[in-house]
Amino acid sequence: MLDTLAFPEVFLAIAGMAILIYGVFRSGNPTRPVSWLVVLALVVALLAVWFGPEQGQAFGGMFVLDGFAVFLKILVLLGSSLAIILSLDYVDRENMARFEFPVLLLFATLGMLVMLSANDLISLYVGFELQSLALYVVAAFRRDNIRSTEAGLKYFVLGALSSGILLYGASMIYGFAGTTNFDGIATALIGNRVEQPSIGLIVGIVFLSAGLAFKVSAVPFHMWTPDVYEGAPTPVTAFFAVAPKIAAIGLFVRVLVDPFLGLVDQWQQIIIFISIASMVLGGFAAINQANIKRLMAYSSISNIGYALVGLAPGTEAGVRGVLLYMTIYLFMTLGTFAVILCMRQKGRMVEGIDDLAGLSKTHPMMAAAMAIFMFSMAGIPPLAGFFGKLYVFLAAIEAGLYTLAVIGVVTSVVAAFYYLRIIKIMYFDEATDSFDRPLGWEASSILGGSALVILLFFLFQAPLIDGAGAAAASLFAG
Amino acid sequence: MNDLPILSLVTFLPLVGAAFILMIRGEPDIVARNARNVALWTSVITFALSLVLWFGFDRHSAAFQFIERIEWMPAFGIAYHMGVDGISVMFVLLSTLLTPLCILASWDAIRVRVKEYMIAFLVLETLMVGMFCALDFIVFYVFFEGVLIPMFLIIGVWGGARRVYAAFKFFLYTLLGSVLMLVAILVMYFVAGTTDIPALMNYGFAPSLQIWLWLALFASFAVKVPMWPVHTWLPDAHVEAPTAGSVILAGVLLKMGAYGFLRFSIPILPEASATFAPLVYTLSIVAVIYTSLVALAQEDMKKLIAYSSIAHMGFVTAGIFTVTQQGLEGAIFQCLSHGIVSGALFLCVGVIYDRMHTREIARYGGLVHRMPVYAAVFMLFTMASVGLPGTSGFVGEFLVMIGTFQADTWVAALITTGIILGAAYMLWLYRRVILGKMTRSDLMNILDLSGREKLVFAPLVVIVLWMGIYPVSFLEIMSPSVEQMIERYQVAQDNAGDLSFASLLQGVIDPVALSSEE
Repeated sequence: MLDTLAFPEVFLAIAGMAILIYGVFRSGNPTRPVSWLVVLALVVALLAVWFGPEQGQAFGGMFVLDGFAVFLKILVLLGSSLAIILSLDYVDRENMARFEFPVLLLFATLGMLVMLSANDLISLYVGFELQSLALYVVAAFRRDNIRSTEAGLKYFVLGALSSGILLYGASMIYGFAGTTNFDGIATALIGNRVEQPSIGLIVGIVFLSAGLAFKVSAVPFHMWTPDVYEGAPTPVTAFFAVAPKIAAIGLFVRVLVDPFLGLVDQWQQIIIFISIASMVLGGFAAINQANIKRLMAYSSISNIGYALVGLAPGTEAGVRGVLLYMTIYLFMTLGTFAVILCMRQKGRMVEGIDDLAGLSKTHPMMAAAMAIFMFSMAGIPPLAGFFGKLYVFLAAIEAGLYTLAVIGVVTSVVAAFYYLRIIKIMYFDEATDSFDRPLGWEASSILGGSALVILLFFLFQAPLIDGAGAAAASLFAG
Repeated sequence: MNDLPILSLVTFLPLVGAAFILMIRGEPDIVARNARNVALWTSVITFALSLVLWFGFDRHSAAFQFIERIEWMPAFGIAYHMGVDGISVMFVLLSTLLTPLCILASWDAIRVRVKEYMIAFLVLETLMVGMFCALDFIVFYVFFEGVLIPMFLIIGVWGGARRVYAAFKFFLYTLLGSVLMLVAILVMYFVAGTTDIPALMNYGFAPSLQIWLWLALFASFAVKVPMWPVHTWLPDAHVEAPTAGSVILAGVLLKMGAYGFLRFSIPILPEASATFAPLVYTLSIVAVIYTSLVALAQEDMKKLIAYSSIAHMGFVTAGIFTVTQQGLEGAIFQCLSHGIVSGALFLCVGVIYDRMHTREIARYGGLVHRMPVYAAVFMLFTMASVGLPGTSGFVGEFLVMIGTFQADTWVAALITTGIILGAAYMLWLYRRVILGKMTRSDLMNILDLSGREKLVFAPLVVIVLWMGIYPVSFLEIMSPSVEQMIERYQVAQDNAGDLSFASLLQGVIDPVALSSEE
């Protein structure tokens, strides 16, 4: 059974339902055991992905497994399980302890896995909606909190709109290519390569890209991000920032590269535009933020901009860059959110950037870890964030996209300003109030682990580059 | 002994010390004392180890020595490649010499967060040394840019009143310059297929591409040197940084820009360097004259020395771009001399700042009556800064003048005015601070140099005189490398085609054709 291509997905679906039943029938508050069961299920799925088959198609070509999918699935599963572990303490403390929470995250993760293996516009949409519906609910998980419900509603309305746009694009593509299967679309495109591709198909790609850009929160479809990041409960934000972003970027890459590689000249302009817009807006808009979750929202927008720099060339090196960038992004973001989740004064969560003042005196190790993440996001070597940027810019320059690269590095200087501001507040300012102790072993170990990964990335990057290179190659081979 | 990875040892030994300091626990006083001791001993041992380079260096060879090479990112063909030639070995020694002195100078001056301070300094030493040893452009960039992290913290945490502004300005100015260099590095990588520095030196880029690459590198190095008009971060950073931070800034960090010109701009992009030499001359002349005049008007001692640094670095950049034997050797010599002298001058300011907690010139006067030893030491470094024969400053400035005179008489004439102005502001500073009557009552009880301070200044005094009286022992190390550099530069100039703006624009329109041009 382990040889089945979709074993991790099937397993997760069954496990999710079983855990749900277990939660219903268990007496007392089952949140913590249910959370750990969910983590266990995700880890099992992760191992199954890692050691399972690496290639093949299933469900009549709707489902594909290749190195690319495996690489991203590992990232998504890792990100999801770590985000759930991070949420444990918060959920207990903030009266959010309902066992549906981890189960919903599990189903969202399942949706992401389906997205990453989608080889057909239909399976793409199904995965997408499974993920999104679960996320709409968790965004509004604190029903009694007005900001949380507002975030959930906003996310739902705009998300539904983008799904509509995506569906519209998919139907256009079906109409003009005659099939929803990615391989079929690619073949259809090769068939009429001589002529100019039909305008309907291009419109379809534009709509599809718009829908996907919404999911990765690239400018100009980013408006929901700061509000949802701020309004959603912090562990949910941590989850939003990591796994769905990785999955959506992966899907974006697959959709554009797999069926539409022949039209790279057409979609390249779209990607360049949204990439530049995201980097610029993410850089400038974050400068004036006072809330750290909003700041992280803009930071994630600009990070997505950098990841898209790697997608723009539509080359193997570019996809490798995207994969490496998202790997590094996973650890930087999770680590930062581990710090944000520890921001608690006198039993109350605080979210202001100024609340970090003097952290280097009150919690030196936490401040050091946060400084590592911030310098890394600013792209200062020898930290991992620098290498992430290096790989994507390498690909952009290889493809001759000099303007994109120059704008990218210049906006990274703008972005450096607000990352430095956080370091300034932690190191140069005097402490007003200390954060509560203890931090909880889950948060501290994820914090420390991520900091070590980011700090020592330069030592062990060779195997990771090879892995990402193989994953990228598998996408282009198929 | 050749089997020993000596460069890596010198580079990473300070990190080991930093790790030890990180593990120190206990009472704050004991932690501070242990951190100081560990940092001092680590840096002293590092310096002792780096002396192996001085004695083991083959003075007749222009090749890179003590080479190490380990695959780092095989997928990209990027290797951890280290080595030194006659140019970089001197800078390595300068860095390893100044670090223990800085730690000694901050012994009593730094009282808060001693542990973190010492870690920052040791990390800084690793990055500086690694940068001068790197023979791969990406490795170089990692070290070059990494320097920003500890320096930002040193200025920001232990600096003066406007430290936050200064730290941000320093960081963002240099970062903006550096990222453009990164793009240039990546372009070189795709055109030449390697980031290995010796390989790039032999590659020969198409002239129209060279122009763009040169400008991108210039953006980075000019900020670092700093050249007028991108020098404004330096006075702020210097004034706000703690004494030892200023010493490292002036002593080593400014040299990173000059080193960049020597290592990359001239050898890798010779045609573009020739094209832009007039631009560099102009900016250097402006720097020398304008910042000297600005220095005359300063009220703050550190600011005055900071502006004098910009003027002295103007000599260096002018000397480098003459690409003559005297000009280049003079520029390198001036770098080393300025590293020692300006570092020492900042230490001199630090000595009285520690006692009086002010850097305002008007608050001092007549110190010679109470601090004779200090007055003598300060005088020596003032003279060295002015360029009095017998001190290191003279040799550097004189060689640069010979070099520029060969290249362009006007440049030489204008640059020389800088020496006169330099004498004016330095001597005036000396007169106001040291000489005259001691009128202020709070100066009456000021103490002369302590034993620790004498220990800090002693090696600097010896080196300044050694460099001034017998410069051959330094020049002989750099000569073969400089000769080889000039030789290659001439060959490139002789082969150079027509470098017009038409070919430049063509390069923009068609980058693919450009890379195949070679």
